Amino acid sequence: MDVGILAQQLFNGLMLGVIYAMIAVGFSLFFGVLDVIKFSHGDVVTVGAFSSLGAVGLAGGLVALPPVLALASGIAAAVTIGALAGVIIGRVLVLPLRHAPGVNVLLATLMAGTVLREAIRLGVPNGGNPKPFPALLPGGVIKAGSFSVGVDSVMILAAGLLLVLGTHLLITRTRFGLAIRAVAQDGEVARLSGIDFQTVVLGTFALGSALAAFAGCMLGLYYREINFNMGVLLGIIGFASAVVGGLGSMLGPIIGGFLFAGVQTLVVVALPVSSAYKDVIAFAAIIILIAIFPTGLIAERRSERV
Amino acid sequence: MNPKSSLLLLLSGTLALAAPFPSAVLAKDTVKLAFIGPLSGGNSAPGLGGRNSAQLAVQLRNADPAAKYSYELVTFDDECKPNVGIQVATKAASDNSIIAGITHYCSAVGIATVDTYSRFGLPVVVWGAILPEITYGNDYREIHRVNGTMINEGKLAADFLTKQGYKKFVVVHDTTDYGKGQNKYFTEYLKPTGGEIVATFPVSPDQQDFTAELTRIKELKPDLILIGGLTPLGVRLRAQMDRVGVAAQLAGVSGIMTAGFLEGAGSAGEGTISFHNGAPISKYPQGQAFLEAYAKAGFREDPDAYGPFAYSATNLVMDAIEKTGPDRKKMKEVLNVTKGYKALVGEINFDDHRQNIVNANVYVAQDGKWVYWPDSDYAAGKKKLARN
Repeated sequence: MDVGILAQQLFNGLMLGVIYAMIAVGFSLFFGVLDVIKFSHGDVVTVGAFSSLGAVGLAGGLVALPPVLALASGIAAAVTIGALAGVIIGRVLVLPLRHAPGVNVLLATLMAGTVLREAIRLGVPNGGNPKPFPALLPGGVIKAGSFSVGVDSVMILAAGLLLVLGTHLLITRTRFGLAIRAVAQDGEVARLSGIDFQTVVLGTFALGSALAAFAGCMLGLYYREINFNMGVLLGIIGFASAVVGGLGSMLGPIIGGFLFAGVQTLVVVALPVSSAYKDVIAFAAIIILIAIFPTGLIAERRSERV
Repeated sequence: MNPKSSLLLLLSGTLALAAPFPSAVLAKDTVKLAFIGPLSGGNSAPGLGGRNSAQLAVQLRNADPAAKYSYELVTFDDECKPNVGIQVATKAASDNSIIAGITHYCSAVGIATVDTYSRFGLPVVVWGAILPEITYGNDYREIHRVNGTMINEGKLAADFLTKQGYKKFVVVHDTTDYGKGQNKYFTEYLKPTGGEIVATFPVSPDQQDFTAELTRIKELKPDLILIGGLTPLGVRLRAQMDRVGVAAQLAGVSGIMTAGFLEGAGSAGEGTISFHNGAPISKYPQGQAFLEAYAKAGFREDPDAYGPFAYSATNLVMDAIEKTGPDRKKMKEVLNVTKGYKALVGEINFDDHRQNIVNANVYVAQDGKWVYWPDSDYAAGKKKLARN
């Protein structure tokens, strides 16, 4: 295999990995602050994608916007509506069930995901059909030997990496991040030291969901097509990546996301005929890794909470 | 009185009231026909085109004073999913007021439902699914088909593409019965022509990311990529080919020859080759009349590639009912031995497996339309297909 092709496959893997990582980080954040699994997370990705499509269509219908402004309105809509969806799910479903068995939250958010999904399918005109997503990023291809990559792909990848990095800095370097980490370590003590528990929890939900919604917008820009049930498999992949990387940690889910994408890409490179089984093989790898590292590759500092 | 018996009383009362009226008031008895196809989801464009065409056949027949019966089309959505298909097939077949069905565009659904129709004795005419096994894989006398199979398509694809000078092929097919069948027949017929398949990629029909597959394909440098799948797969592959920089010519089976592919792929779709077992509507003697009637009926969607087959199937079924009356068994006997029936899509002749004998044709995407190959700028040499 020549270097160009290798670089191309590496880029493909990175692209998928950054999308998985953005979704996985949300799972980890929610688990960190509240010890809950929020299963509607994948559908928030879809909500983000459809919000930006709607905003771009609506804005474009009113005034002829240059692509930059259309893109900005699309991203703003995705992030705002995504964050809002996260806050509503957190406030209405997750916080009241905080003291109930964990499986209740899991079930409630699973149902919320179905509601979101079906609302898109039934509420959007012809919502059951795949929707073409406008190409808002500049076209053009960067070529170097047998390596060729779209300018838009590079921009999407850079945006994804920057956001993941930004989230990491937010958690580790800011007062809000400190509050999140305090709540994650011990909610009671955090409250005693004057941290507004509910604001921090809902802020975390907004942050994680906005990331997922942005990932949805990126998916639309990258594949130029979105559909109402795209979030289902992405949610499961994100969850699996978070678990294998280490639920509750920040770096773990990112590693998990890249790992999952790496296995998927490797399967296709190694044996074309096994292409249909790439998800099967990737999930099997996850199962094996979980068996070897039960608390994830990067375990939470204190996996036992009393 | 217990609730059960009161319900019974109510039911019998309703029946007694309702029963005498239809025949007394209406001049003609109403005969129900089922139309089943994908009306939602990624393959809804051909489904809706088929439904409209079948609806048009019924409307025209109902406007004809010479018709003995008045017809009603009951439509069902199979969503192109085998499990949903079996559900609606059972619903239609177990409804005794439905005399016959015009069924299925998706092969995976078409093959899943044949047992159901046979078990309930509902005669059906398949209008779009092209998997050979639907007619050739069983001996159910309920199953008929007006469109051709992928055997004709696969043979034509292999012959035509090698004649165009393409030698190294890559096949990307979905893992349903449809995609696997397309792969099987194309591979089989390519051997004698001397063409070579350098790699085959079976993929899940709802897979979204093909960059890994396409990068591998780029490395293999084939002359042509053949898609054995439906529109969503075709659109995704076409869009991502440019991203990865794959320059090979693209060809697809009739599953991608839809308006949806051209819309989804946009300008990148230009020059894509496809194979279909129908000729263009305008080539048929009654084609122009069909298009005018279709436009006049005011449908929102195009008839799409298989609409004329749905139209022909509906007329075939109604003509059989006109002869025998609304009786599933009797009309099936008439339908079974159809020979030399003049339909919109040409003469319909059923063989011993009730399969119509048709020839496949080549099409090419040109300026946002599927153009009959002999009429295209590509055949005339004005435009060139991609050479790697």
